[in-house]
Amino acid sequence: MSGLTFTPSPGARPLSRMVRIHAAMETRLLLRNGEQVLLALVIPLLLLIGGARSGDVIDLGSGRRIDVLTPGILALAVMSTAFTSLAISTAFERRYGVLKRLGSSPLPRVGLLLGKVLSLITVIAVQLALVAVVGLGLGWRPTGGVVAGAAAALLVVLGAAAFASLGLLMAGSLRAEATLAAANLVYVVLLVAGAVLLPVSSYPDPMQPVVTLLPSGALAQGLREVASGAGLSLVHALVLAVWAALAAALTARTFRWE
Amino acid sequence: MTAAAVEVEDLVMRYGAKTAVDGLSLTVEAGSVTAILGPNGAGKTTTIETCEGYRTPQSGRVRVLGLDPVSQHRRLAPRVGVMLQAGGAWSAVRAVEMLDYVAALHQNPLPVAALAERLGLGSCGRTPYRRLSGGQQQRLGLALALVGRPDLVFLDEPTAGLDPQARRTTWSLVEDLRRDGVTVVLTTHYMDEAERLASYVYVVDHGRVLTSGTPQELTSARAQNIISFQAPAGLDTVRLTASLPPDCTVTERPPGNYQVDGLVTPQTLAAVTAWCAQVDVMPEHLSVAKPTLEDVFLDLTGRELRS
Ligand SMILES: Nc1ncnc2c1ncn2[C@@H]1O[C@H](COP(=O)(O)OP(=O)(O)OP(=O)(O)O)[C@@H](O)[C@H]1O
Ligand SMILES: [Mg+2]
Repeated sequence: MSGLTFTPSPGARPLSRMVRIHAAMETRLLLRNGEQVLLALVIPLLLLIGGARSGDVIDLGSGRRIDVLTPGILALAVMSTAFTSLAISTAFERRYGVLKRLGSSPLPRVGLLLGKVLSLITVIAVQLALVAVVGLGLGWRPTGGVVAGAAAALLVVLGAAAFASLGLLMAGSLRAEATLAAANLVYVVLLVAGAVLLPVSSYPDPMQPVVTLLPSGALAQGLREVASGAGLSLVHALVLAVWAALAAALTARTFRWE
Repeated sequence: MTAAAVEVEDLVMRYGAKTAVDGLSLTVEAGSVTAILGPNGAGKTTTIETCEGYRTPQSGRVRVLGLDPVSQHRRLAPRVGVMLQAGGAWSAVRAVEMLDYVAALHQNPLPVAALAERLGLGSCGRTPYRRLSGGQQQRLGLALALVGRPDLVFLDEPTAGLDPQARRTTWSLVEDLRRDGVTVVLTTHYMDEAERLASYVYVVDHGRVLTSGTPQELTSARAQNIISFQAPAGLDTVRLTASLPPDCTVTERPPGNYQVDGLVTPQTLAAVTAWCAQVDVMPEHLSVAKPTLEDVFLDLTGRELRS
């Protein structure tokens, strides 16, 4: 027999430690899930390489193709992880009672949220690095130096916050199957109609303001402008911040844990 | 003096128009094993989940280890182990990985390998949660409740769906918890389980406590002995009762199963067999026995427990 004794000795680890443990767990589970890896890495890289090699089949407007394409794919990578992946995984965590079970663990809700954020940051950093390296290899020439880099980082943070809040809004209110369908649908719709692949200028004139107000449009177009040396547009940053604030406020009010 | 580990006073919980818990009160002494016994839909899970801080009492008061389970949840959570009635893990997570994860959230967790071994999870440690059998998922749920070395554990139907051997493993674990000073609150449908494990039992139905006491108190508060036998259905129990000593009653439930309650003496037994001889029926499986918790339960609820 094992000499296991159960004499009570309860206690929680410090919050920062629990957050790291949780982030590591979520990241591991994401990497184990083939569909999520497909969404996070394979599709963006295929679109980047395919788009760059497709000659003039798809009209990307004026400017060098790869310079239009790469920032859009960076935005796509952020959207796939912060929105689609997060929405689906959280919806199933709710459905399978994981959120409920963690509710009685020492990890508080704020720790769970911070763990998710840390996992998102990790995954997005890897995605962006890979997309950027492949883009550079295909001839992408971003300009603007460190200032542009900082502006791009700000846009990515705002964009990830907006997409993550929207993803959690969906995961906390719809059933898991509905979230699975809707999150994929939104991903495809924004990919095609949300200025991810094509620059805003390729859309019909009346559509352009609408596309610019979408989180995907604001992030992709903002990144394009920053990378081309045009500087940070406050409009794009503001659009993303408003999406993030609205969705976060709604999520806080509507999220159902069970 | 032993302080109460859990105090529930006049708890009322409703889901819409449906009242799930209807003025329930109970006290769990520190270091005890307390069983909440009741049929499906009695309100056991709702009560226990309110103690775990998942729901705010709509009326009444709940204290766990002296704290409010909702407003003081963060202080309470590390000290309380929870086994949910179902679910609670990622579908792709491996059994031991899940255990490692929850262990890592605690300051002084139990040794994970030894705990997994003890619960018979050693052979399926690398199996993803969704491929574990129902019983393995159940045992993992129990391990997750224990791994943080809590002061108090809530186990919601810890042996539902387990094979007889796994049930025994769980029972011996609960006995060890009591030995080591962990307070245990468990719900169950199984009489033998409550009788064997619990130091105190609450019988609930329709969201209310029907009776409570130690298993001995509950069984001895009732008639000392019961005579039971099987015979063709529809015997005239009124005539049989009339032929017995004054304070004995005969009931037929379910059909073909007869039970004689009251002051059962050797004379009572003789009278029963004499009456059977007179109407020419053979009382099969005739027995004289102490009432079990199951008899008490059937008396109180009029219902079979297992469903
Ligand atoms: N989320 C819910 N929404 C609506 N009604 C509910 C909900 N949860 C429980 N109920 C109802 O409340 C009553 C008590 O349910 P509860 O789960 O507490 O019973 P229980 O004693 O745990 O039953 P079981 O032995 O089947 O687990 C039942 O009638 C049930 O249908
Ligand atoms: Mg229940």
